[in-house]
Amino acid sequence: MDLAFFGVQLLNGLQYGLLLFLIASGLTLIFGIMGIINLAHGAMYMIGAYLVYDLTMRFGNFWLAILVAIPIAIALGLVIERLFLDTLYKRDHLYQVLLTFGLILVLNEAQRIIWGGDVHRVPVPAPFDASIQLTDNLQYSVYRLFVMGVCLVLAGVIYGVIRHTRLGIIIRAGAMNRDMVEGLGINVRTLFTLIFSVGVALTAFAGMIAAPLTSIAPGMGDSILITCFVVVVIGGIGSIKGAFWGAIIIGMATTFGAVLIPSLASMVIYLIMAAVLLVKPRGLFA
Amino acid sequence: MLHRYPKRVAYLMLVLTALVATFPLWGEAVFGNQANFMLEKLTLMLILALFAMSLDLLVGIVGLVSLGHALFFGLGAYTLALASPDFSPASMWWMLPLVIGVSACVGLIVGLLVIRTKGIFFIMTTLAFGQMLYYFISTSQFAGGTDGVFIMFRPSLAVGDTLLVDLDDPYSFFYFCLVTLLAGYLFLRWLTRSYFGQVLDGIHDNEHRMQALGYATSGYKLIAFVIAGVMASIAGMLAAMQYGFANPAQLGWHTSGEVLMMLILGGIGTIFGPILGAFAYEILLFVYEHATTHWPILMGLTIIVAVLVLPRGVAGLMIAPPWARKRRTTANDAPEKATVSAQPVTQSKVD
Amino acid sequence: MKNVKKTTLVAALGTTLTLSAMGLSANEDPVKLGLMLPYSGTYTALGEAITNGLKLAIEQEGGQLGGRDVEYVELDSEADPSKAPQNMSRLVNGDNVDFVIGPVHSGVAMGMLRVAKQTGAITIIPNAGLGAATNELCMPNVFRTSFSMWQDSYPMGKVAYEQGHRNIVTITWDYAGGKEDLAGFEEAFTAEGGDIVQQILVPFPSTEFQSYLTQIASLQPDAVYTFFAGGGGVSFVRDYAAAGLNESIPLLGSGFLTEGNLAALGDAGEGVMTTLHYAETLENDANRSFVAAYEDAYGEAPDTYAVQGYDTGMMLAQALNVLGGDTSDRDRLIDVLANVQLASPRGPMSFSDSHHPIQNVYLREIRDGKHEVVSIAAENLEVPDDACQM
Repeated sequence: MDLAFFGVQLLNGLQYGLLLFLIASGLTLIFGIMGIINLAHGAMYMIGAYLVYDLTMRFGNFWLAILVAIPIAIALGLVIERLFLDTLYKRDHLYQVLLTFGLILVLNEAQRIIWGGDVHRVPVPAPFDASIQLTDNLQYSVYRLFVMGVCLVLAGVIYGVIRHTRLGIIIRAGAMNRDMVEGLGINVRTLFTLIFSVGVALTAFAGMIAAPLTSIAPGMGDSILITCFVVVVIGGIGSIKGAFWGAIIIGMATTFGAVLIPSLASMVIYLIMAAVLLVKPRGLFA
Repeated sequence: MLHRYPKRVAYLMLVLTALVATFPLWGEAVFGNQANFMLEKLTLMLILALFAMSLDLLVGIVGLVSLGHALFFGLGAYTLALASPDFSPASMWWMLPLVIGVSACVGLIVGLLVIRTKGIFFIMTTLAFGQMLYYFISTSQFAGGTDGVFIMFRPSLAVGDTLLVDLDDPYSFFYFCLVTLLAGYLFLRWLTRSYFGQVLDGIHDNEHRMQALGYATSGYKLIAFVIAGVMASIAGMLAAMQYGFANPAQLGWHTSGEVLMMLILGGIGTIFGPILGAFAYEILLFVYEHATTHWPILMGLTIIVAVLVLPRGVAGLMIAPPWARKRRTTANDAPEKATVSAQPVTQSKVD
Repeated sequence: MKNVKKTTLVAALGTTLTLSAMGLSANEDPVKLGLMLPYSGTYTALGEAITNGLKLAIEQEGGQLGGRDVEYVELDSEADPSKAPQNMSRLVNGDNVDFVIGPVHSGVAMGMLRVAKQTGAITIIPNAGLGAATNELCMPNVFRTSFSMWQDSYPMGKVAYEQGHRNIVTITWDYAGGKEDLAGFEEAFTAEGGDIVQQILVPFPSTEFQSYLTQIASLQPDAVYTFFAGGGGVSFVRDYAAAGLNESIPLLGSGFLTEGNLAALGDAGEGVMTTLHYAETLENDANRSFVAAYEDAYGEAPDTYAVQGYDTGMMLAQALNVLGGDTSDRDRLIDVLANVQLASPRGPMSFSDSHHPIQNVYLREIRDGKHEVVSIAAENLEVPDDACQM
């Protein structure tokens, strides 16, 4: 592999990693602040993708579809949180796992009922449907660059909120000691609902912008879920910085692993996770 | 925890066992030519019951929630599939010890790495290891990849030339699984009431306290982990014999999730609960599959309802039925109503 | 516990009643066809196309086979190999079907074959291209009306060489079906003197192709030969075009890459060359009337999967007509099935000793969103079946 192609693979890894970060950030917040293991997180990604597919077909415009889909996703998050998660805060992790596992089944099948079992594609939206020439025979989709840009901007926004706003302080405090925060008079209930909705929105949004890049197929949430769990565990539960670097590491490992060690490629991320847990059981940035 | 349950539980379980054991007698009368198919289903339920029971040791007794238990299930299936010679049956005399040996080794290695973690991290690492093996098998040449491995002949159980039990015969295999399940149950029952079991209870209650009392808690947890893994592998071996097939999906996290569902449907921590849970799960699955092609929604809703409304599962209903609970508030309760709760003490959130 | 017992009793009662209503199997009884096909997931379109083709053929026979009515039992295989033995068992033992038609996925076929061996159920494979089904694992009660991976990829090897390509990268999913397909192509291509620069195996069923496309670009081969199917096929061809690779490195494949996907491919598919045992633009009488009838009935153009379903229906019709609807003599039934010869929309079709189709393979190119037939890549190609001991 020469330098040019190494650079392109670097770009590929970065793009994949940034998208992972968007999904993982929601997961780590929910994990860290609310203490909830949400297995249905991947299903949210899938719902985002299907919503944007459906609405793009309806409106004929990708951007309009996203605009409409985001509130729908937030609303869904609110409903799930109020209906089901309410009872789980004080309960064992086991029940959270089970309930959210049941949710996956319901959501996956609901998707099948509404949109069927076929595989779909969303066309790459204008004005990003061009490609730029990277090497003599390889082009790179401008849309992918756009996605990377969006993820970076959002990463910056999230980081800014966490580090430099009052809300951010409350979030960080809540991750460290929920009871204390409650004792200080902050309405933890509302905080949780907010966090969950934001987490769901981020994930669904990731699904939306990723839609033109992947196949929209049943069960697409399941594979991304496991990868995101690995990202969060590597980065440290509750840490946005950890989610970011964890996602980049996993993105690079997957991309380079696929071409350098194809026989081990799919196991690479788990090996990395095992290694991290052996050395730093709480994750890299806990 | 005494793990002793009211007499009615024992009676009900004995009746159910008798019902299952005598299926060959009444099966055809009730199911007609579907009887063979039902026998297959019943055998599968027995195998899954063993699988679920093994997980209960970890989740219910020790309090370690594993989302990767399918690793051992699939391991048993693949050990059988890969060790079986292509064109002749293996012998159970070496196959069973092989499965036990392999799963014990893997259990030990994985356990050493995984026992160090607690709570959410334990869930994550077990999930990760399960997935690791899943991908390893899926992408490997020798293990047939995503399509799995065939087992053309079930292992034989013979002494010299005389066949003790013909495992190719569905009825004999059914009884073989039933006996294995009962053996597993009795073993776990004895284990949980032994000194070892009481230490496990203590660890579940409060690990720090046990450590302060001088117990090497990691060692106990590891042994429990290995035992659970070995039992699950035996179940996997039986499953492979039933299907004639080992497949990576048996290792995946969906399978791990399904067996957890059986636990909650049945009743965690009771050992006999998961048996009921496995049966309940399979029966529900059968009913739902025939009701609609969109049966996963029904199953998902069932689990959600079970978590919210019936967290102690079917066993919980048997142990403390709703009509009995009211009487518990009176001071002079009849001794048999003073039931021990099947619900494990809620895990402390301090991870 | 009461709920559990109650449910079992109700189910048992229901089943007994249904079974008594059905009565004993006799010639006046409908022929029961058990369809084990994917009606959900990546391969849904294939499952539906096969079902459509099958039903069209039977409707053209007046909805009967050999004078008997036809009853369909449709079971969603979900293209899931792990559920295959259970599902097959359900059809054969539970629903007592006369013929099992399925599957699409080769992994599911493996699972089904075991039950087929145990039960002797007559199974007609309308898609799964797993070579072993009519080779190492062949058995008298199993037939195939589709293809084998080798059969559709082998002819492309010679074509690629004749087009001037000498260095080729092959890429597919890491599973039996994909690897078999590549093996057929590679066998022919290397026999001609060509060189396989690299064989890339993508974890199944991932459709994240970016890093592999970059790798292909860096290897700079003369052409790329690939096997993907269904949604994966669409993703790959589109991503290939988006990366601009189609401008400098021709894309070759067996027909599954584009079959059934023409609409979804759009412009990205133009110029892609594939080999397959069918093309919807074939100029023969059977195909012309089939395409018209199919479009009339289902409102869309047929693809090879529909033809495979159709030919299965035609095969059953021919056999049962010869037998006058009498399926009681299994050996005779198998014999008649094995000797069926069809004037299929795909051209002349007969069966080898291992019950596998002997058929033409065509070279097709996508022009204006259609598979135009360039030439016959291989005529009456019979698949080697030395390992079949039947």
